[in-house]
Amino acid sequence: MREKEYLFNNANKIDEILVKHGMNRSRIVAIMQDIQNEFGYLPEKNLKYISMKLQTPLSQIYSIATFYRAFSLKPRGKHLVTVCLGTACHVRGGARIVESIQKMFDVKPGEKTKDGLLSLETVNCLGACALGPVVVVDGKYHGHITISRLERIVKGILNENKK
Amino acid sequence: MVNITVNSQIISVKEKTYILEAAKKQSIDIPALCWQPGLEPHGACRLCLVEIEKSGRKRMVTSCNYPVEEGLIVRTNTEEVVKTRKIIIELLLARCSTNKKIQELAEKYGVTESRFEKKEEDCILCGLCVRVCREIIGKEAIGFSGRGIYRKVTSPFEQPPQECIGCGSCAFLCPTGAIKIENGLNMRKIAEINCEIPLVFCQYCGRPIAPLRQIEFLKEKTSLPEDIFYTCAECKRKNYARRLIAMSSKR
Ligand code: SF4
Ligand code: FES
Ligand code: FES
Repeated sequence: MREKEYLFNNANKIDEILVKHGMNRSRIVAIMQDIQNEFGYLPEKNLKYISMKLQTPLSQIYSIATFYRAFSLKPRGKHLVTVCLGTACHVRGGARIVESIQKMFDVKPGEKTKDGLLSLETVNCLGACALGPVVVVDGKYHGHITISRLERIVKGILNENKK
Repeated sequence: MVNITVNSQIISVKEKTYILEAAKKQSIDIPALCWQPGLEPHGACRLCLVEIEKSGRKRMVTSCNYPVEEGLIVRTNTEEVVKTRKIIIELLLARCSTNKKIQELAEKYGVTESRFEKKEEDCILCGLCVRVCREIIGKEAIGFSGRGIYRKVTSPFEQPPQECIGCGSCAFLCPTGAIKIENGLNMRKIAEINCEIPLVFCQYCGRPIAPLRQIEFLKEKTSLPEDIFYTCAECKRKNYARRLIAMSSKR
């Protein structure tokens, strides 16, 4: 029963998103972005639903969902740290940042912490190379980041949760 | 019609054809793995590259998706082309170091060793399977997933593809044999795309005919009598012969 209710509510939300984009299949990426923002990931059943509604092959939607790093097919943690590993950021220490976050918070790239609060992801260039190394924390870009500053930022948002 | 020069031979071809097609008509050999007549060109394998010259300027393009134009000069075998092609083959050979078809290709074009790190893939990501399913069958059951080194051909969510009718066109066109069809006792399996569909058997002799969904698909597309779909080719022939004999003995 619960499950059904959830499905139903979820579909309502998706319909809202679809209508907002005029049921236009050429706006598929924008629609998927909205779903990603709404749920923190792209639930499989929602993708199947929009495939049906927009009469767009599921194979196309799945291709898009797995192509862009901004999409995730698994639920992400409550907070998201995305470290850029593009060429420019890489030479300025991107990999070391990933390593230290991994150690500090016990989370592997592409996964989330056991308490589900923090996801760590990597991306290959955010288009802000001049600001490298770049890290995005919950949608906010931090340029010329240092490990200690990032630690403070991440600890800050995690502490807010505890309060 | 437009006139182009291919390897110093002037030929006249229909507008909007691609260089590769024009060259093939002249029996000029250009290797091409991701091209098939009847499908949109994709330019993925890069094997078909040739040198073109336009108003005195030379450059290399993939011939499968470069449309001909008046006065275009094409060279398919310059030193530069041969050298670059060999590098591409070397890369393919590194990726598919154990694949028969790629080994044969390498041998044909004189590549014996690859300097790159060896892998044991079969798929070269040419996309023929994906395109035939989309453009000819109209199902688009499979596609690419991931990106860069993670790119591969698969079904959505790596689950049995709902749209797949099990026709096997993908396996038929695959240039490397990466997709294989397995007809079991009751099921057709295409493991690479997670497809598993029950087979339909001949109503007379019990031999497998085709996957159930393919038969349903054909029924929809045609308006042939039911009987035809449940009779194998051999029994159709026998039935026909029997009817002919019956008819002629009545006379
Ligand atoms: S499976 Fe075969 S046909 Fe499909 S992309 Fe790979 S090599 Fe090409
Ligand atoms: S490499 Fe990091 S933003 Fe471009
Ligand atoms: S045949 Fe032209 S790129 Fe593959």
